[in-house]
Amino acid sequence: MALITGAGKESGIGFAIAKRLAADGATVIITDVCADICEGDYARMPSPEELHFLAETIGGHGLVMDICRDESVDDVAKEITDRFGRLDFLVNNAGAGPAPNLLQYMDLAMWRKTLDINLTGTLMVSRAMLPLMTTGGAAIVNTASVAGKRPRSFGGAYCVTKAGVIMMTKVMAQETGALGIRVNAICPGYIMTDMTEWKWGLKSKFLNMTVDEARAEEEAEVPLKRIGTPGEVADLAAFLLSDRARYITGQAWNIDGGIITEI
Amino acid sequence: MYSDMKGKIALITGSGKENGIGFTIARRLADEGVTVVISDICKDIGAKDYARIGTKEELDDLAKKINGHGVVLDVTDENTIAAAASYISKNFGRLDYLVNNAGASPSPQYLQYMDLAMWQKTQDINVNGTLLVTRHMLPLMTGEGAAIVNTASRAGKKPRAFAGAYCVAKAGVIMMTKIFAMETAALGIRVNAICPGQIDTDLERWGWEYEAHIRQIDVQEIIDEEITTIPLARIGLPQDVADLVAFLLSDQSRYITGQTVNVGGGQLMEL
Repeated sequence: MALITGAGKESGIGFAIAKRLAADGATVIITDVCADICEGDYARMPSPEELHFLAETIGGHGLVMDICRDESVDDVAKEITDRFGRLDFLVNNAGAGPAPNLLQYMDLAMWRKTLDINLTGTLMVSRAMLPLMTTGGAAIVNTASVAGKRPRSFGGAYCVTKAGVIMMTKVMAQETGALGIRVNAICPGYIMTDMTEWKWGLKSKFLNMTVDEARAEEEAEVPLKRIGTPGEVADLAAFLLSDRARYITGQAWNIDGGIITEI
Repeated sequence: MYSDMKGKIALITGSGKENGIGFTIARRLADEGVTVVISDICKDIGAKDYARIGTKEELDDLAKKINGHGVVLDVTDENTIAAAASYISKNFGRLDYLVNNAGASPSPQYLQYMDLAMWQKTQDINVNGTLLVTRHMLPLMTGEGAAIVNTASRAGKKPRAFAGAYCVAKAGVIMMTKIFAMETAALGIRVNAICPGQIDTDLERWGWEYEAHIRQIDVQEIIDEEITTIPLARIGLPQDVADLVAFLLSDQSRYITGQTVNVGGGQLMEL
């Protein structure tokens, strides 16, 4: 029994993880906010219809959930309890990042929203779901990012919150170890998703380059010389949730083709 | 489970004892259909007291058990490394997976006062050994999906008084892993390291017995103490490590390189 947040788009990391877990035999519940998350411009959000359709394609279930609203999270926890009685795997994949801006001048409302979604959202969903995770082999994977390890100008809100997700992962791993629940984080590098393409679009608009040039620049940074795929991230998440990783907890794995080299 | 591994050829150094991490990795890979060449020094390493080293007969028996091959390989003797590379080249034409698992540690001593010959030997086995074996095997690693896993240790990340030689050597293996990863990325070869924590092996027990003797307490007390620092509240098993190595060699981890993965029940969580 698996729950994956931020999994409402076919091309995203969240749904790739859902597909992989379903292929391994899990009953998967995918969730997404399925609504506008702010004014302005950002990667497209899926519709509830899209969410339910995708869930059907993997023999799973789709639930609209806004991780920033306590009632929404509690409702989903209650529904899972009533319908399935337990939860084995939780993947806190829902996350967002504002457009590049300096910490000094960025819109503070965007700062607070980023904290709310990435940090508080991950915490609230974990708190609501942990009481359901009572069977052996229960595990959590949080989607952090290489941004949580390597600081980048203009990426302040995202970097800080992803670093927070990493630390939260480790604290939670220590706190739930005795319950037999493992908690790990994945730190994707450059992965082919809508969010990444949105970022290349921004770069091309503001840095006087084409989208292809923005992409090539990033590819050149990667030792394995290519952008990663959501499927590759999903393979790692599946490993970390499985029994094969039974002695691994509190870790933040880079899945980035070798970008992060820091010891 | 990992269908891409079937038919591949692997070399694992320091894998001559049945209950060790090295042979457990060998067994795990053999279960995936990999032809495994296990290896060990199979003789005295010239120290006063240390965890038992396996014999050549033992090595051959173990190789038979997994339909593999056994070669004597002393990671500090380049002739034996070259001979092993030659053996692999002649019999298989290539190498797909290399696991640099051979390693050793001297008994606890201050850096200030430890026997310098033991310091040198520790660097020689762990650091130079990993370098030399990799250098000899890389030219054979021409197939797709080739990958290397180096057995480092928690000791390479978390300093411990009295374990200077081992900690420094394992930190060296970690850095070497990352540089090799950068230098071989263009060849399509991935290089990662594993950092086991407390794993129940002869080497670990030898350490516990040594400490128990010095502190005049039971080995079980040492184990209980250790467990209080492990979130998953148990000592690890070689199989826990082997499952991780299989993942890191398989194409399930094809976008992961230059990483040093902790497998220690959560004992080490530094950012």
